[in-house]
Amino acid sequence: MRISRRRRYGLILAASAIAIGGIAAGCGDDDDDSSNGGEDLSGSITIDGSSTVAPLSEAAAEQFQAENSGVRVTVGTSGTGGGFEKFCRGETDISDASRSIKDEEIQACADAGITYEEITVGNDGLSVAVNLENDWAQCLTVEQLNAIWGPDSKVNNWNQVDPSFPDEELVLFGPGTDSGTFDFFTEAINGEEGAQRTDYNNVGEDDNQAVTGVEGNVGGMAYFGFSFIQENEDKVRAVEVDSGNGCVAPSTETVQAGEYTPLGRGLFIYPSGEALQRPEVQGFARFYIENNDAIAEQALAIPLSDDQREQANAQIDTLVSGGGE
Amino acid sequence: MPDPDRQDRETRSRMRTSARQAITAAGADTESLALGRRSKSEAWKSVAFLALMLFCVLVALALLVTLIIDAFIDGSSRLNADLLTQFPSGVPENAGLQSAIFGSLWVIGMMIITVVPLAVGAAIYLEEYADRSKWYNRIVELNIQNLAAVPSIVFGILGLGLIVRGPLDLGFVAYAGSLTLALLVLPTVILASREAIRSVPSSLSDGSMALGATKWQTIWHHVLPNAIPGIATGTILAVSRAIGETAPLLLVGATVFVTFNPEGPFSEGYTTLPVQIFNWVSRPQDEFRTLAAAGIIVLLFILLLMNSFAIWIRNRYARQT
Repeated sequence: MRISRRRRYGLILAASAIAIGGIAAGCGDDDDDSSNGGEDLSGSITIDGSSTVAPLSEAAAEQFQAENSGVRVTVGTSGTGGGFEKFCRGETDISDASRSIKDEEIQACADAGITYEEITVGNDGLSVAVNLENDWAQCLTVEQLNAIWGPDSKVNNWNQVDPSFPDEELVLFGPGTDSGTFDFFTEAINGEEGAQRTDYNNVGEDDNQAVTGVEGNVGGMAYFGFSFIQENEDKVRAVEVDSGNGCVAPSTETVQAGEYTPLGRGLFIYPSGEALQRPEVQGFARFYIENNDAIAEQALAIPLSDDQREQANAQIDTLVSGGGE
Repeated sequence: MPDPDRQDRETRSRMRTSARQAITAAGADTESLALGRRSKSEAWKSVAFLALMLFCVLVALALLVTLIIDAFIDGSSRLNADLLTQFPSGVPENAGLQSAIFGSLWVIGMMIITVVPLAVGAAIYLEEYADRSKWYNRIVELNIQNLAAVPSIVFGILGLGLIVRGPLDLGFVAYAGSLTLALLVLPTVILASREAIRSVPSSLSDGSMALGATKWQTIWHHVLPNAIPGIATGTILAVSRAIGETAPLLLVGATVFVTFNPEGPFSEGYTTLPVQIFNWVSRPQDEFRTLAAAGIIVLLFILLLMNSFAIWIRNRYARQT
């Protein structure tokens, strides 16, 4: 009896050992086989931050690794704020951001002696979307958008936005308050970050749900990144936005030219000066700018204009030469 | 999430009560039969009760089946070997789950190895050694039950402060994820193990002690082997909860784009299945949602595989003792 019990304990242990051993063996197969190219870079690059920028960084990492198989790039999505928190502790090499660094984050980085530059790696035009059957709202002014989305707004019918609009119930869809898109839209339209009416359909981080919502409601309206318009042109339509200089539709050209105000925005990476001293990080940053068109295409973002590209290259140069201090 | 163990205990005590009632009712029935007037309303009630219970089972089943069928319909076009062998990619056709599958296996495997000895040890102490009249033992007990209700994101923050940085300072490695999830499911496994140890008949341990065995020998040779089925059940619950967790792992270093498998528990850079699925769901392209659905099927399958291992252990022991 006693022996058989002991055997049974042994059995469990053996079985667990086999299971774990199997896992370990499975992983041993693909140890890095980086010894193919003569000039291949090696090392690892840690990127974290905004989930809006992540598709860009992923595309950059993927295309970069195709040429430099010895470099391991990881991309996380802790959010712009979460990314800076790690970045200013020196835990990541590059931080993805969909807004500029804030004062307290600047302070944290300064305290830790982390140097950086804000490098634009792509453009996004926040788009206001309406239903395809909506034939009245071709262009909305910033004031009208503010009247709809403002924190004290009671507007719930299109004819309250403009008397010439039909009597159609206004159904609003928007992102959750954790989203960088929410921060940016509220600041640009309502004048204060985080200030927005609360009685809208909150879709959290899932912008696809906002697309479905607008598609299903004739009076529906939502805002999200330009890529969701591009992917869903058969389902929703973007309205033009008038910030005082006439109606401008979101497009690659208008966003790049800075004409799509106030909803056009840059997407940034913040590489640290110290990390840029490492050849693989420097190579990656330069690759990011060099191959920006292909990267932006894969990530469905709006690529850099020539001016932006030149500026980015200059910033990398500055940071590389001054990053040691 | 309600504490399954406590529910279980409550159900059992309710069953006991209802059994008692049934016996009384049976007595009453015999009486009424003898009197030849078994009430029609009683019969109707028992049919209605049965229908209600069936309905409850069907609702639970229908939800599960709907989820699985829906995921199958959406994801079937991507359920192929490529999905298992490719690494994450921004191009939907090139995207796969290899690093996520290995990441999940490492994180969950190391979690089981960590949590089971800890939980069983704690359960043995609380059941066999702790003196409940002492205030500190009662506090420990109360806290374990409270811990089971703490939201998982709180454990993520704890893991970041205590395990990734702080005193343990492991960095963003896979084992930091395992430890964080171990803390998360520890109360569940402790409560299940205690219940299992408590349900070992006292005649067994009394007999062993009477024959001169020490307390340690009694626990190791008699109590624990008989408690293994219950401990395995607790582990199944723990694994099922942990394998689907996303929020705490995002805090302790699980990333969405990793094109290599973890080399061991302490290798930096890992991703897990739910993290990858979450990432795909939030992408603009439709193809990524197909991938996410296929990923859900893979996750369910791996969960089933891990749990059938635990069930196999449970049945083995349940049969032999």
